[in-house]
Amino acid sequence: MYRYDEFDHRLVTERVEQFRGQVARRLSGELSEDEFKPLRLMNGVYLQLHAYMLRIAVPYGTLSSRQLHKLADIARKYDKGYGHFTTRQNLQLNWPALKDIPALLDELASVEMHCIQTSGNCIRNVTSDHYAGAASDEVEDPRIISEIIRQWSTFHPEFSFLPRKFKIAVCATKNDRAAIKVHDIGIQILKNAAGEIGYEVWVGGGLGRTPIIGKKIGDFIRREDLLAYLEATLRVYNMQGRRDNAYKARIKILVHEIGTEEMKRLVEEEFAAVKARGALQLPDAEVERIKAYFAAPAFETLPDATPELDAAIAREPAFADWVKANVTAHRVPGYAIVNVSLKPIGKPPGDATSDQMDAVADIAEKYAFSEIRVAHEQNLCLAHVRKKDLYAVWQALSAADLATANVGLITDQIACPGLDYCNLANARSISVAERISERFADLKLQHEIGRLHINTSGCINACGHHHVGHIGILGVDKKGVEYYQVTIGGAADETAAVGDIVGPAFTEAEIVDAVDTIVKTYLDLRKDGEIFLDTYRRVGVQPFKEKLYAAH
Amino acid sequence: MQLIKNGKFVADEWKHVADDEALPEGAVIVSLQRWQKEQNLLLSRGTPVGVQLKSGEEPSLIAEHLDRLALVALEFPVYRNGRAFSYARLLRERYDYKGEVRAVGAVLRDQFYFLVRCGFDALEVRDEITPEIFAESIGTFTHPYQPSTDGAEPVMSLRQRLAAQARKAS
Amino acid sequence: MAQHTRKGAQFQAVTANRLADGVVVYLTAENGWSESLQDAEVAEGKEAGEALLARGQQFFEPGNLVLDVYLFEVEKTDNGIRASSVRETIRQAGPTVRRDLGKQAELAGVHE
Repeated sequence: MYRYDEFDHRLVTERVEQFRGQVARRLSGELSEDEFKPLRLMNGVYLQLHAYMLRIAVPYGTLSSRQLHKLADIARKYDKGYGHFTTRQNLQLNWPALKDIPALLDELASVEMHCIQTSGNCIRNVTSDHYAGAASDEVEDPRIISEIIRQWSTFHPEFSFLPRKFKIAVCATKNDRAAIKVHDIGIQILKNAAGEIGYEVWVGGGLGRTPIIGKKIGDFIRREDLLAYLEATLRVYNMQGRRDNAYKARIKILVHEIGTEEMKRLVEEEFAAVKARGALQLPDAEVERIKAYFAAPAFETLPDATPELDAAIAREPAFADWVKANVTAHRVPGYAIVNVSLKPIGKPPGDATSDQMDAVADIAEKYAFSEIRVAHEQNLCLAHVRKKDLYAVWQALSAADLATANVGLITDQIACPGLDYCNLANARSISVAERISERFADLKLQHEIGRLHINTSGCINACGHHHVGHIGILGVDKKGVEYYQVTIGGAADETAAVGDIVGPAFTEAEIVDAVDTIVKTYLDLRKDGEIFLDTYRRVGVQPFKEKLYAAH
Repeated sequence: MQLIKNGKFVADEWKHVADDEALPEGAVIVSLQRWQKEQNLLLSRGTPVGVQLKSGEEPSLIAEHLDRLALVALEFPVYRNGRAFSYARLLRERYDYKGEVRAVGAVLRDQFYFLVRCGFDALEVRDEITPEIFAESIGTFTHPYQPSTDGAEPVMSLRQRLAAQARKAS
Repeated sequence: MAQHTRKGAQFQAVTANRLADGVVVYLTAENGWSESLQDAEVAEGKEAGEALLARGQQFFEPGNLVLDVYLFEVEKTDNGIRASSVRETIRQAGPTVRRDLGKQAELAGVHE
């Protein structure tokens, strides 16, 4: 993985010093909250319901064992011994004291981590595929260009005060695990007939109040030109994006208002000018330098057939269940990708204790080249595990309560922190996810249901990605009481779609039964081989509506 | 309000003139509308003329006039509105403008570094800003990651240059 | 800031977050800030509520002790002061999904 050089180190250290000064000015009373707020927000410090919240960047979701150990330590020392992994592959701490944050940042910097641009109206952490480097149909490791974009966008002088936040995601396989079509910019890495790397660019996707699927504006941007193309796109947005209304300030609204063709024309015009200047042309040597950091680890030459694994699967049903749900094919024979579920039945999605973080870091050190990924579905992932080690990995994960065998199944839900933590939330989301998880706890039933993503958000800002859940749940507030609106048919992958609202919202007491009704309706209607989304796309919303509201 | 020009706190020789105000002696900064209406009159005075662009008034509107303007002021209505960062870069990089580019309005001390990087050579700042504060803000980061208008060598090219030197030395 | 009380609320208290560590606090009759809702001064009626808020704000900017000062609706019960909304109930207790954390694990008089 990428390692900082002297320049990266220096910049992060300088940033910590700058923020230390800002916190001191705030605590001394020199800065008012109004003045301090934009400064703390640029460093990922929010004020939530119970305390401050700190969002730590995990660039493109890759962590080393050393980094994860440090995160565990930090959560113990400065927080309450746990953290929350988010849909943007970051880690949030729920209880840090403002006065401690500079010291916490020093510790993060010591393992090449930071909170830079994890909030504010700037280019946020670049996200990518958690199977990077391990997926068989990958064109190129997407973290190479992600790291280049991370550097280019860090303290960008022109784009630190955009109309609104700006999120970029990168994907290098046909199966989109990075949800690129619901990002401000989505980048699909391609290879042309001549074997050259280029980028398809999607713009104006996003969730929130106005969910929109991105539009393609670039077909094959050459590698050396990508930063120029991004700079051109951001410049058009910075100059023309709306600033009169925060809810209409994202790039998706600009693209929607002027049209995809006009957006494309403006970007190309600007791109031509930026390119002509030449300053942003990406040198091959720099690409090669960064590429070297993402070189494949020293894989052994192994037969793909692994008799000891087959024997363990035959012997131990619980292990077999886990392999079936959580383990997936690796591009190298004899290796597998291990998904570590952070969705134990009846517990908050995405939370991990310090002890669990330490356990995963240790397991990665022993069995997975000391590398851990954070998935946007709020799980962790060990990208390169020998198949013959899977049983040992499973045992070690089990010992840390991390072997829930539900990845991709109905209890593998996405949920934002909701009203249990968040200042903006209208309703709780974690408690809803927990109750759904308990309702569908039976693993046989989960496999019977098959792949089904339930996403829950506690407010319209959609941090829980409810619009793109196969079943989406949105918490709303009606006179101080929590209600839940349901959508179905959303998807975040290469077939990205915004779900359809089924009808009037449900109460807190009704919502789990409503989900149950949707699932039963699907099981009744599905044809062989269909997952929930297939059935929904075939039959539409009507049969679900009928069942849901028949009794009302 | 104080003026910082090329890093120095200096007396401001320019006067901001409202649209309905009589033109005073000396160098004046007028709105785009007044410039468009009274261009000939303004130029006939033989004293320097500057135009102030509001957020939403893109530099392309005065691209043809830049050879007659000694100053372009770019307005920040609130610090969050960062359009003028792009405007400044366009003036310098696209239109090759060599006159003064001045930041006017609501700018935070924590933005000075970005402003200078984008090609502003003059900043109107609040009275509590001292040379120490300015120096601290400007000096926040030693090496930037990206090329911009100020010509500071970005990390990417520094790396290549140092690597080449190291190769030569060995 | 969002509105956390309502027109016609009979009883209201003032809350904020402590600057240095973000902890939820309530304005007391002695012009202090307590971590417990049970120590909050309760104002009855609109005018008393506004006066209470004004007092809370005195301890807001100049001293910089707290931030985000606002009024919210409460009820007086035989078991003490209770927040009316789900949101404020959660704020005075802690996350409903982690009963082991926050004030509910640390203080007496917290209600669910």
